[in-house]
Amino acid sequence: MLKEALIDKLDYEELANCMRCGFCQPACPTFRETGYEAASPRGRIALMKAVADGVMEPDQDFVDQMNLCLGCRACEPVCPAGVPYGQLIEQTREAIEQVQEHPPWVKAVRKIAFTHLFPRQDRLYRLGSLLHLYQRSGLQKVVQKLGVLRVLPKQLREMEAIMPEATGKGVSEYLGARVIPAVGERKRRVGMFHGCIMDVLFNETNLNTVRLLAEAGCEVVIAEGQVCCGALHAHSGEREAAKDLARKNIAAFREADVDVIVSNAGGCGALLQEYDHLLAHDPDWEEDAKWFSSRVKDISEVLAELVEPDSWGALPGPVRVTYQSSCHLRNGMKVTKEPVSLLQSIPGATYVPLREGDRCCGSAGIYNLVQPEMAGNLLDEKMGHVAATQADILVTSNPGCLLQMKAGIKRAGLEDRMEAVHLVDLLARVRTKTGTASVERRGSS
Amino acid sequence: MLPEHIRSELRAIVGEQHCLDKQEALVAYSYDATPMQQSLPDVVVMPNSTEEVAQIMRVAAKHQIPVVTRGAGSNLCAGTIPVGGGIVLVLNRMNRIVEIDEQNLTITVEPGVRTSDIHQAVEARGLFYPPDPGSMVISTIGGNIALNSGGLRGLKYGTTKDYVLGLEAVLPNGEIIRTGGKLMKDVAGYDLTKLLVGSEGTLAIITQAILKLIPKPQTQRVMLAMYADMSQAARSVSDIIANRIIPGTLEFLDQGTIRVVEDFKQIGLPTDVAAILLIGQDGEPQSVDRDVERIAEICRKNDAVQIKVATTPEEAEEVMTARRSALAALSRMRPTTILEDATVPRAQIAPMVAAIQEITERYGLHICTFGHAGDGNLHPTCMTDARNHEEIERVEEAFAEIFAAAIDLGGTITGEHGVGIVKAPYLEWKVGAAGIEVMKGIKKAFDPQGLLNPGKMFAKESRNRVVIRRA
Repeated sequence: MLKEALIDKLDYEELANCMRCGFCQPACPTFRETGYEAASPRGRIALMKAVADGVMEPDQDFVDQMNLCLGCRACEPVCPAGVPYGQLIEQTREAIEQVQEHPPWVKAVRKIAFTHLFPRQDRLYRLGSLLHLYQRSGLQKVVQKLGVLRVLPKQLREMEAIMPEATGKGVSEYLGARVIPAVGERKRRVGMFHGCIMDVLFNETNLNTVRLLAEAGCEVVIAEGQVCCGALHAHSGEREAAKDLARKNIAAFREADVDVIVSNAGGCGALLQEYDHLLAHDPDWEEDAKWFSSRVKDISEVLAELVEPDSWGALPGPVRVTYQSSCHLRNGMKVTKEPVSLLQSIPGATYVPLREGDRCCGSAGIYNLVQPEMAGNLLDEKMGHVAATQADILVTSNPGCLLQMKAGIKRAGLEDRMEAVHLVDLLARVRTKTGTASVERRGSS
Repeated sequence: MLPEHIRSELRAIVGEQHCLDKQEALVAYSYDATPMQQSLPDVVVMPNSTEEVAQIMRVAAKHQIPVVTRGAGSNLCAGTIPVGGGIVLVLNRMNRIVEIDEQNLTITVEPGVRTSDIHQAVEARGLFYPPDPGSMVISTIGGNIALNSGGLRGLKYGTTKDYVLGLEAVLPNGEIIRTGGKLMKDVAGYDLTKLLVGSEGTLAIITQAILKLIPKPQTQRVMLAMYADMSQAARSVSDIIANRIIPGTLEFLDQGTIRVVEDFKQIGLPTDVAAILLIGQDGEPQSVDRDVERIAEICRKNDAVQIKVATTPEEAEEVMTARRSALAALSRMRPTTILEDATVPRAQIAPMVAAIQEITERYGLHICTFGHAGDGNLHPTCMTDARNHEEIERVEEAFAEIFAAAIDLGGTITGEHGVGIVKAPYLEWKVGAAGIEVMKGIKKAFDPQGLLNPGKMFAKESRNRVVIRRA
């Protein structure tokens, strides 16, 4: 059954394009960790092709190997033949999902998450309110003190401990507007993609995004009707659900008629930029998807383009800053230089390169929850390199990575020495002095 | 499938975790980088020490099980495909750098160390290990030694064989031998070190190697020279060397490759030129500058239409991009890319390229050529589609003619990829029937039971094709 599903979903042309040179292997975290051919991109593609060719039956080992992949796509930029591995692994997971029988509780959790929660922003806000109450009422502290959380697996406890403060309102509600005028001359009309979790758990980052964009000369439109990007769905084999979300987002931003669509989360941005692939065989949406994808940019690209490098304010320094790039920002959106050049342009900050800062931190969506052992190994290795930089601030550009880095700092006992910050939040600390009255938080939650 | 008792003997040696026999593992070790080749092993064993390798070989010898040794599986001659089933012996856990000896200028390594890791380790100390095969970011030193791999610096610095001073190896019966040492001079008996280098895993299993290091050159510079005519490029190569200049790098791209690279990378290469030479020199800054000037002069005399000497690191990077992206650019054109190698005396490069072009046209194929002009090692690369059986037939015929042409010009069927399966049918063309017999005699002396990498190097009489398809 899985075999048929795989044959149906997999793009055989792309499987055939893999020339098995193995250049992907040094870039692959799971291959480096295990040394097993099957745990490398070349190996996984060989397994997919073996199924498609009828050489092997896809069994549980096959499924396990596909699930062990982080989906970080570090293999893509180094592939001479340009094989879109990310798409192949998504197709494989979609096929697996189609036939997989989950235990009832997993089914229930998946259904809640993928159908009832992530696609419904209103519900996420409500959940955010509850969470806020839990955090603010002192209940969280009581719960932590009582040690009730010991029943949770270690990785969930670690995540609970670094959970940022939630809100029940989105960025547009805080600002009391959906269109925020540019400060000074209007250079671009920019659609802001606020994300689902971002807007609830990283609301301040979203507010800062709007502030920075407006000050950079962008009229910011927080398009109404936008929903979750669908990346979590696509990576978990729920591609049809991802397509539905994509259509909603495309419609929302089409309506808003913007020049650029800005994302501040690498994981979201990469999928937004690939909506054209996602909807490639949908004649009703193909054109609009191309329109959408061609406009998607990361916030760092827009700021690097519009803000003069010497106009940032100074960090009370001297401060050492290092950067862990988000896999999907780097390998999916191919954004590598801009975040670094922005960091280098902050007066008072000394940029220190992070050894293997281009390697996945192990967060990878919900990977750290479902593959705790591999994720933990990768994180420990990462924190070794982080500690070696002796940085005061560890910058990332994706919420998942940011949480993972916060957890890592705690785990490595580095809390007193450094903090993990989203690039946008760091830049907000050194905002250019262009005047900011229009972009302040109105009310509180 | 091996009987359970043999698998449990193997598990007892390397541990449960490092003895793999599930379907997914067998598929994953059924191929290497050679297109269209695949064959399943019975079991994959990943030892962690010489002693474990020796024990595995004793089990294999006792039960007469074929053994194929494998590093990264990046070779292009199907040398690591287990055509006879049996054990695939993966050595990438044995990846320790044992010692860097700055007194004797040697490095001692286990076979699973990646070639680029050796570079990094020694260059950090101002030392240099020159062999740089194109796949060095993935290839292991054990594989480089087994295949006697070359690279871009072959002309000036030689290839892997020139840097192997001593080896530790396990014989098929499980005995451990040591050859050579940290010695520059050693004439005691037959040179087993040199014999094992390039033996493609058919004689013994290399478990440790002592490699020669040299001081790291202080600077390097690169340039591109473009020609309207292939023969002018070839004459430049001869003239450079005749003028007593040995460049560190002397690479060549033909017109087809140039067009594809430019299409792919848009680095501003003229697409109407017939050939581009990428020339690099390294050494003392002053002598490098002097050589670069003299080389430019020689290229101009040979009617180069354009010469681009890199003056900044960025420009150097751009110049190198032309050569580095050749394979990537070519491999994106069609699903299947067959990267072959043939070597001719460097004075014969122009006739060889002409012969490849003529053969390509006659067979109606798409073959582009690039490679190491300095040492005459060319890579005719065919873009095709493995699913088109009729076309693959023509590819096979065309490559057979290309290898024949290389031999006619005083060359050889492979300069750095090895014989493996794909070149086995042509080995006799190169070494003659008597040569084959001597080689088979050597094989028998080391491996009387024929356990190590069977099916490689020596062709079966029934088959004489460069490419075989999976049944």
